[in-house]
Amino acid sequence: MDFARHVGVIFGKDLHAELRSKEAINASLSFALVILLLFSFAFDPTADETRDIAGGLLWIVFAFAGTLILNRSFVRELPNDCLDGLIAAPISSAALFLGKALANFVLVLAVELISLPIFGIFYNVRWTQQWWSLLLVMVLATWALTVIGTIFSALTVNLRIRELMLPILVYPIMIPALLGAMEVTGPLIAGKPLEGDLLMGLRLLVGFDIIFTALSVWLVETILVG
Amino acid sequence: MREKLIYLLSAAAAVLLVRNLYVIFLALPDEAQQGPIYRILFVHLPSAITCFIGFFAAGVCSALYLGTKNLRYDAVAAASTEVGLAFATVVLVTGSIWARIIWGIWWTWDARLTSMLVCWLLYAAYLMLRNAVTEPTQRARFSAVLSIFAFTDVIIVWKSIEWWRTQHPGPVLSIRTGGGRMDPDMESAIYWNLVALLLFAVVLVLVRIRQEEMRREIDGMRQAAHAF
Repeated sequence: MDFARHVGVIFGKDLHAELRSKEAINASLSFALVILLLFSFAFDPTADETRDIAGGLLWIVFAFAGTLILNRSFVRELPNDCLDGLIAAPISSAALFLGKALANFVLVLAVELISLPIFGIFYNVRWTQQWWSLLLVMVLATWALTVIGTIFSALTVNLRIRELMLPILVYPIMIPALLGAMEVTGPLIAGKPLEGDLLMGLRLLVGFDIIFTALSVWLVETILVG
Repeated sequence: MREKLIYLLSAAAAVLLVRNLYVIFLALPDEAQQGPIYRILFVHLPSAITCFIGFFAAGVCSALYLGTKNLRYDAVAAASTEVGLAFATVVLVTGSIWARIIWGIWWTWDARLTSMLVCWLLYAAYLMLRNAVTEPTQRARFSAVLSIFAFTDVIIVWKSIEWWRTQHPGPVLSIRTGGGRMDPDMESAIYWNLVALLLFAVVLVLVRIRQEEMRREIDGMRQAAHAF
């Protein structure tokens, strides 16, 4: 029971800190907008093709913009030795990790939910047809991104070149999750129901979430404390 | 002792490689459909197996390091990852050359090609991470964690991409197919070359471990010197 309370405290603290400064979330949102804009130069934005590659486009935007938030997650604790304070606090590293991951999850999902309608407007795509299935996929894939991003944010926080290392580590590991999400999101936006082949992508996402959440919770103590 | 072992193994690998080159290029005939280019398989397939054995060994040693905190395992993990990555590069390059001749293209986003590339990127990131951390125990800890993540990820990537269409040739070795897909002479050439490449990989790993140990010793001396 204590564990859940600890997770909740860290979750609340991180969310509070971010919502007061809005540093990461603002940067992430405007970055998402910039990428959406850049895509319009990369291909003909009115063509039907947009609908076919919508899944891939969206997840590239989400993954790139999300990393900005994830990057800040542990770096924020560096001034005034807050990280040492958190590690010394009478909570387990797993609770610290899960609290931070949950806060990041909420923030990244918020950025995604704001950029999704903007994407719909810019590229003239009707994305609401399978809304609940789409939300499910977004929740599962966003959790995958946040777990990987948060654990590697913890791993790179003490490195001199952390901003360089994080993308190199995070994106290749995320590939299966991004692949699954892209495979499912495209058809969902095109209005196909969540069944048949699409369930395979969903299974992949669930499997990825379970395996890497377990691995991260198990290894975070090693990373932070040693 | 280890010095002698390294020389012995490399001599054995060299002899075996020369013998294999003779068999591959002079003794075996061209393949009926592919012509002479099929010979690349004798390097491609054994390199692939060698690199996966290297990455697997690295994963096991990383887990052992986290369990025991013995830096020796870290040295073995780093060495076998590096050697594995070298062989992974060989796999990608030889595969591309073969594909250019047979498929007419250097690369296609096929399941096996993609997962091999992801694998390569992950372990290249591992080596970059090692360079980025200066403190030895921290370096060992972080890279062990990454190695475990990478190994798990490679399995998932492999499984996940397999679901989508593949154009890479299917298994040819009898242990996977139950026999009949390949001439026994050709198959034995693959196994012999696998033995040769594995020996070669072991030599490289042993040399690399020694370097890693020396580096640690030098680091220790340097720190001791600074302490005065």
